[in-house]
Formats: sequence, structure tokens, C-alpha cells
Amino acid sequence: MADANLELARQMVQLARAAGAEQCDVLVSAFTESSVTVRLGEIEKLVEAGSRSLGLRVINGGRTAVSSTSDLSERSLEALAKDTVVLARISEPDEFAGLPEPELLSKATAQGLNLYDERIEAMTTEEKVTAARACEAAALAFDPRITNSDGGMFVTRSGEVALANSLGFASSYPGTSAYIAVEVMADDAGGKKRNAAWYSAERALHRLADPGEVGRTAARRALDQVGARKVGTKQVPVVMEPRMTMRLMGDLAGCLSGSALYRGATFLAGRRGQVIGSPLVTIVDEPCLLGRPGSRPWDGEGVTSARTPLVTAGVFEAFLFDVYTARRTGNRTTGSASRGVGSAPAPGASNLVFEAGTTDPEAIVADVADGLYLTEMIGFGFNPTTGDFSRGAAGFWIENGRLSFPVTEVNISGTMEGMLGGIDALGTDLTWLGGSAAPTVRIREMTVSGL
Amino acid sequence: MMSGILSVALSRGGDFAELFFEHRTNGTINWEDQRVKSASRHVAQGVGIRVVKGDAIGYAYTESLDVAAMRRAAETASRISGDPERPRPIDATPSGSAAAYYDAGDPLTSRPPAEKVALLDRADRAARAYHPSISRVDASVSDELKVILIARSDGRVIGDIQPLIRLNVSALSERDGARRLARTGGGGRLGMEYFEAVTPEETARDAARQALLQHDAVEAPAGTLPVVLAAGDSGILLHEAIGHGLEADFNRKGTSNYSGRIGELVASPLVSVVDDGTIPKSRGSINIDDEGNESGRAVLIENGILRGYLQDQMSALHFGVRPTGSGRRETFKDYIMPRMTNTLMLAGQDSPEDIIRGVERGIYCISFSGGQVNISNGDFVFSVTEAYMIENGRITAPIRDVNLIGNGPDVLSKVSRVGSDYRLSDGRWMCGKDGQSVPVGVGLPTVLISGITVGGTSVG
Repeated sequence: MADANLELARQMVQLARAAGAEQCDVLVSAFTESSVTVRLGEIEKLVEAGSRSLGLRVINGGRTAVSSTSDLSERSLEALAKDTVVLARISEPDEFAGLPEPELLSKATAQGLNLYDERIEAMTTEEKVTAARACEAAALAFDPRITNSDGGMFVTRSGEVALANSLGFASSYPGTSAYIAVEVMADDAGGKKRNAAWYSAERALHRLADPGEVGRTAARRALDQVGARKVGTKQVPVVMEPRMTMRLMGDLAGCLSGSALYRGATFLAGRRGQVIGSPLVTIVDEPCLLGRPGSRPWDGEGVTSARTPLVTAGVFEAFLFDVYTARRTGNRTTGSASRGVGSAPAPGASNLVFEAGTTDPEAIVADVADGLYLTEMIGFGFNPTTGDFSRGAAGFWIENGRLSFPVTEVNISGTMEGMLGGIDALGTDLTWLGGSAAPTVRIREMTVSGL
Repeated sequence: MMSGILSVALSRGGDFAELFFEHRTNGTINWEDQRVKSASRHVAQGVGIRVVKGDAIGYAYTESLDVAAMRRAAETASRISGDPERPRPIDATPSGSAAAYYDAGDPLTSRPPAEKVALLDRADRAARAYHPSISRVDASVSDELKVILIARSDGRVIGDIQPLIRLNVSALSERDGARRLARTGGGGRLGMEYFEAVTPEETARDAARQALLQHDAVEAPAGTLPVVLAAGDSGILLHEAIGHGLEADFNRKGTSNYSGRIGELVASPLVSVVDDGTIPKSRGSINIDDEGNESGRAVLIENGILRGYLQDQMSALHFGVRPTGSGRRETFKDYIMPRMTNTLMLAGQDSPEDIIRGVERGIYCISFSGGQVNISNGDFVFSVTEAYMIENGRITAPIRDVNLIGNGPDVLSKVSRVGSDYRLSDGRWMCGKDGQSVPVGVGLPTVLISGITVGGTSVG
């Protein structure tokens, strides 16, 4: 199969060249997916399927067109090549459009990156059902107040991506992923339900969290919210658990994209080299880590992946670029092109790591007399152009250094720069979830809106 | 052929099965720097096969439409039911759909590219002409044509052709080194005629106006305040505060905060909400849903009383009611879920001006970037991108982007005035659930909520 995808990508490049493409690249994605959902112990859903499709980008005299199809018959591919060349004529020439400089093209393979685990591919449906069931059962057994479940699920995916371009680049690598998750509800006063979900997502089975542990975490988090209430409006310190720090970092990542830079759609435009956060803030894009979900040998344009420090001790160091956004802004690509079969390349993060600090997470809370411990955010209230941040929030109220009572239906707000600048404590508890890692952080002051 | 595959799908037992054939073509032209930056066109096709047994689903799909591949997929999906293999004869015969809430006779998909490029050029010029501070305009026009055919084990075979278009414009304003960006868009299930009703210039000027406005925006207040929602886009309130919570899958499982509450008062008596998939040419409308049931107008709340849920076939069987035509999926690769179409609040008696005049200190919200709900505890949010302070009954300063948070039943009980000016939002909303996105519509008259938490930064 490995050779077949690479061969298909190469063949499509040839067809596009024959149809008149000066420059082109082709991404082939082939995968099988399987998912099982178990609810209250019974199998609720079984999904099993496979997919193979390709995306073609043609750049003729700076004119770009992108197309895709899952009809891989010879006749269909020939038609796609011709149609895409014609489609490119709609575009106007853009001097920055083009494939990477040949010397940037990667010779790396995924060998040693541990992106593929044959144990995932070999898993039977029964094994997945067993894991999903164990996960849900552990959550339901955790406490009698856990009374309902949205189900436990186990999802695997196994596939390969192949990329070839008209400069002679042709490479492919296999990858796998496994995902286990559960959501359960606890009963609260007045007929209210308090729910929580937890999950683990990894490329290899041995890294995946134990199903029972995932279940118990979900149950504990649902119970934590029992009795949650609204609080008054005030400005207080906010402690973010690692998952919340990851979300903050994810919002920041959108502002770090070369695409946002040339569009003027980020508050960081023109700020490189400046202080944008407290000295505790160091964030790195890490595509080369072994076995992580966001790891890759090369990016969506075939450029070698490399570690990119984004913020170092509070100083803003780098945007993430693909070839186009780099040329357009007078920079070098950081090998950050993200791309799906149906989309043009665009800069995106691989694995994002918010580096840990030296303070015990409990000590971070112990230092707060009156504040919010944040465990959940809801909504999309972030404006990357201005950095304005305003989101629904839930967690605990901190009184005299201790988690005092659960809080819900409040809002937290500030600006991204104000939040990064206000980080005054950084935990030792670096935690990974999917392709992100972060510790507990404390922000000196944010507005909490409630009653 | 379809009967044979359905027969395989039900060969191990199973209450019903269906085949969902889909052929989808979509294209986008992207405009930047006063010229076409790129063009794209995508074709996807395949069949999704579902077998339902009680509350359980077996699902498989294939991109290959050869009979052997489809039989394999049917066999995979059939495994949800554990009975011994015994093929069942099925007679699936085509029938026509009577409804036609939109027309795919002349879809944008088949128009020459030059016509679409002209729309983008017009939008660009209008946004830049609006004000010299507009330094950048990005725009795109997208069109999709989706052909679906559903063959069910009860013998029904039915199809639909669904056009969908959308124009997006973003305008960047630069003033004294500060940049402000606003996005607008619109469309529906129609062709070029959309742009006669809503010109690209209008959409573009609105983006420019909103971007410019933000330069003068003041900090939003923090705390619980009266909020007036303008007619139209504010319908996102219903979508989040109650729409999702009334999707029957959550209620069948008892995971929604509205579970078991039919017949109860769940909102102010001023509130009547319907989900209407039959509004001509609206983005959320469908002639049939993705399991072949006719679309309709489902009354969800009548004068504050909960009347019903949004039902797909499986939930309808569970509740012993008729499906509401709410079974939707993003593509043939995705399983069916009960989803919204166009979710609307019916008009009331009050004049919109009176509603605003009656507020001493509050905010007035017009445009939104999105929302989200936790269906179990009922907490929901929506993010406001164009809003103003109301002071002593008058609309005053624009405020910065702000999030509103409330609890569904609580906020709906605080709907204290409802305007006579009902308006449907102009086709730009996409609803996400379980990773699947489907186009929806929202609509609302001007509404006063006597108190909701406004997540600004200005305290006191």
C-alpha cells in the first residue's frame, strides 16, 4: 500500500505536467478508520470505513488552483489535471506563489519518529469495545452520584500520506492514532446535571492513558461541578489548569500564523523581538518530537520540519510560515505548512509546548487569597486582530489558598497580551493532551463577570 | 441493485437500514489584494450505509460505487445486529419528493467564473470606497451542489438536489496604527439571483462599517445587565439556549437539561420557537432530510411551553412520534443525528424602539461570531462582534467584542419583551455537533432579556 500511494502522487504530478502545469504538487491521503461507542454498557455505534483521495495544486505563472477528488480512476485523474490547469487561469499572477526552493525540500523520512504503531492497526473490534466499556464502567462505578453517560468511545485511524511535486520531491509516511473518551453526568440539586468529558489521544497504544483512568477522571470532574454556582463580578487572579493553558496557547497560535501576519489580522504584527509576555512565558513549536500527534518529518509542502521557538522568556520570536506567507512577508518558511487533501497549504502549529516552571501547582493555588481556578472554557470569544479575550468559564473559587466551591456560568475577560504579561506563576506539572503540552499557570488579574 | 444491498445490510437482523448516496461538487474563488488569489474545485462522492437495531447503529461508507464495495460496506454495517445471517427480501422503489423549497435549475456552480469574480471585485471596491481607512479587503465566493439519493429498507427511495452559495467579505481598517477587522457574509440555497436581493456592495459596506466602528469601541461592561438583541442574527440565542437541548438524541439518552420536560413551562410565555426547514431558499432549508423524511415546521416552544423535540427516525421510533425531518449528516461519511434547520422565534407585539427606550443601562447586540452550549447543564455563550451601550433608553457608544453567558431555561424565562420586527438572518451560519457541520438558519425579532451576564472588562 505504501508504494501505491506514493506512486499515485507521482502519477498525478505527471498527468498535471502533461496537461500543462508548470509547477504542481499532489497530496494523497489514505486511511481506514474504526470507531466504537458503548453507552451504559451496550454497544451503541460501530463505524468502520476507509478512504483514499488526493489533492492537486497547480501554479502556472503565479496563478494558483487547488482541486481534489476521491474518484481515482485514470479517466477521472486526467480530467482533474486538465480542469485544474484551466481553473488556474481564473487567478491573477502572484509573484509570491510557488513551490519551495529545491534546497528546502526534505530528505528526511519518518523513520524513528514513531508515528506508526502496528498494534493499533491490529486491534480487533472486540478489543476496542472492551476498552470503551472499561472506560465508561470505571466512570459509572466511581460514585453513585454518577447517574448517566453519553458513552465511552474508542477510535482508531491508520493511514498514510504521500506528497510529490514537480521539483522531484516524493515521499510518504504512515501514521496511526488512537483516541479514547467518555462523558458522564452527575445529578445536582433542582434536576440539574453536571457533566464532564475526558480523553486521551496518541499515536501509539502504549502511550494511551489507561481506560479506567480516563473514566475516573471524567467522573471526578463531573462530581467536582456538583453544587456549582455563579459568583459576583470582580477582578481577581485566575489559575489555569494545564488543559486551560493549552487552550490559551491555541488561541495565541492563531495570532502567530504568517497568514494572519500578512493580512494584518493579528495583534502581533510588527511586534517581533518585543516583550509580549512575562519572563515565565516560553512557547515552542515542536514537530520533531518522537511519537507525538503533531509530529511529522516534513510539512505539507515537503519542507523539513524543525523546532521553532515562538516566545522565549516573554519575548516574541517568530511567526509560523509556509512558503507563500514567508515570501510574501520577506521571511523564510518555518516548515509549518498544514494541509489537507481539499485545502491549499496554510501555516499551522505542529506540537505546541508551553514550557514548565519551577512552582508546585498546589503552591500556585495556596498563594491566592481570592480568585478563580479555571477548569473549563466555553465559546470562541477571542479576536486575534485586537487580542480581546472574553469566554464562558467554570471551575472553582479559591478562598485563602484553597479550592472552596465549584463555580459555573461566569465569564472571564482580558486581552491576550494582558494575560501573557500577567502570568506570575508557572507550574512544574507539564501535561500532554494530544499535540499540546502545558503546565498550570496563574494570571495575576482578569475580570470575572457573574452576578 | 439497491434492494440487494439493503438486503445484505439487514441480513443479521436490524430494525431498518438505509443507503445514502451523495455526489458533491463545491468550489471557491478567493480574492485578496484586489485580485483573484486562487480558485478551487472539489468533487466527492460515495455511499454511507446505516443499519439500526434498537438504539444501536452500525455504519460504514465507501467512496467506491461498485457493487462489490457497497456490499462489503453493507456487510460491515450489518454487524451491529448479532442475529444469524439470513438475507431479507427488500423492494426499494423510487418515489418523487413533492416539496421544492429551492430550485437547482441554474446553480452558481455552473455559472462562468467571470461572473463570480465580478461579484468579488464589486465587493472589494465598495468596501474600499466606504472609507479611506479600509486598507485591505479579502473576499470569497463559494458554491456547492449536492445530489443525494436515499434508499431505505421500508422501500422508500427519494432524492434531492441542494444548491448552496455564500459570499464572505472581510475588511481591515487601519487608523493611528491600530488595526480592526470585521467579517460579513450571506447566501442561501439559490443562485446568482441572491445578489440582486443582497448586493455584494451591501455585504462589503457592512464589513467596512463594522471594522471602522471598532476603532471607537469602548470597554464592554462586566456583570449582569439587561440585553436587547436586534432582530436577525441574534437568533443564535435560540440555537444555543434551547435548540441543541431539544435535539431528540440527547433527550432519548436523558443527557439534556430539557429531558422529560415536554408540556412544562421552560421559557417566558412571550416565547414561541419553531424549527422550520421549509423557508424558501434559506440556508437551513431542506426538501427532505438525510434519511429521506420530509422537512417540516416543528413547534418546539409555544407560549413558553415545551411542545416537542427535533426527531430523526431513530429517536422518533424511541419516542413513538413522527420524525420531524431533522435527521441530518455532513457527508456520506457521517452518521445521522437530529439537527436544526432554521430555528426561529415568532414575532411579538412590542415596537423595537420602545424596547430600547425602556432600558436604563444595558447593551444592544447586533452581530455575532458564534456560540456554544453545554447541553447537560444548560450553560451557553454567544460572542458579540457589534454591540452598543444603552444608556437612559438611548443607544450610545459601540463596545469591544464581548461574550455573553447564561443558562438556557433561566435566560429564556427572562425574555421580557418581544418585538414585532421578526427577521431571518442572512445565510451565514454553520452548526457544529460531534465534529459534523451543517448549514443552518436563525431568526428572531428584537428581544429584551432582563438580565444576562455580560463578560466585559469594565467593572462597576
